[in-house]
Amino acid sequence: MDRIPILKMGPFLLVTIQVDLYDRLALNLENDLISMVSKTGARGVLIDISAVNIVDSFMGRILGNIASMSRIMDAETVVVGMQPAVAITLVELGLTLQGVHTALNVEKGMDLLYDRTDLLTTQEDEDNGEDPDDYND
Amino acid sequence: MITMTKDTMQIVREQDVVPFRNRVRELSTKIGMSLVNQTKLITAASELVRNMLKYANGGKITLEIVSKNGQNGVRLTFVDEGPGIENISQAMLDGFSTGKSLGLGLPGAKRLVNEFDIKSVVGTGTTVTVTHWKNGR
Repeated sequence: MDRIPILKMGPFLLVTIQVDLYDRLALNLENDLISMVSKTGARGVLIDISAVNIVDSFMGRILGNIASMSRIMDAETVVVGMQPAVAITLVELGLTLQGVHTALNVEKGMDLLYDRTDLLTTQEDEDNGEDPDDYND
Repeated sequence: MITMTKDTMQIVREQDVVPFRNRVRELSTKIGMSLVNQTKLITAASELVRNMLKYANGGKITLEIVSKNGQNGVRLTFVDEGPGIENISQAMLDGFSTGKSLGLGLPGAKRLVNEFDIKSVVGTGTTVTVTHWKNGR
């Protein structure tokens, strides 16, 4: 197996990494995700790494790359489900995943994506025809 | 230090990294290492095996369960016949890389394990030995 499946869910792309990553697999994922963002016009990418036992500097860099590339393509990236041991190891390794949004689980990650991309507020705007800013002022 | 078990693995291509990481996990589980310490050791091993593949096209790894003062640990020895490292103290600095990576591999791996030793002869090869003890100290 040398490809990780990418699912399209409404305006977002969803990736669940269920296998042990090696470098080529991670690079393929980076390429596939960016072409999918461009092809589908997705506004967000959610990567679930709850089944990933190891994130080393290379895979950390790939996650960072995916986030920066997606941002340039007008999509937000959220990494969810990081195991505590992986988080401890990453920080000690010296990798802080700057610029990558994270959330504890898929549900919170989806909320964050909706938040960051303003998709829900846009829908509400259409429903009641008012600008949400009016309420704040 | 007494060696309790010993075996070797040959690394020639990227996919070999996955069974190697699994073998390290097996050994550290066998001696009762905690999940965080396992993750640290495997992440360090993952960095070192990548270096071996990237700069020396692979090499040989010795995996041992060792014992010192009644405490068990896992010792990994990475031997390659690559170009060697000209300036080891420079290679051990965070952010230094002759490749296009983040330069976290060697210094990061050193931070993650209890004992770290590197020897290199230019034109002959590099040997890295890491030991991680059961209680992580």
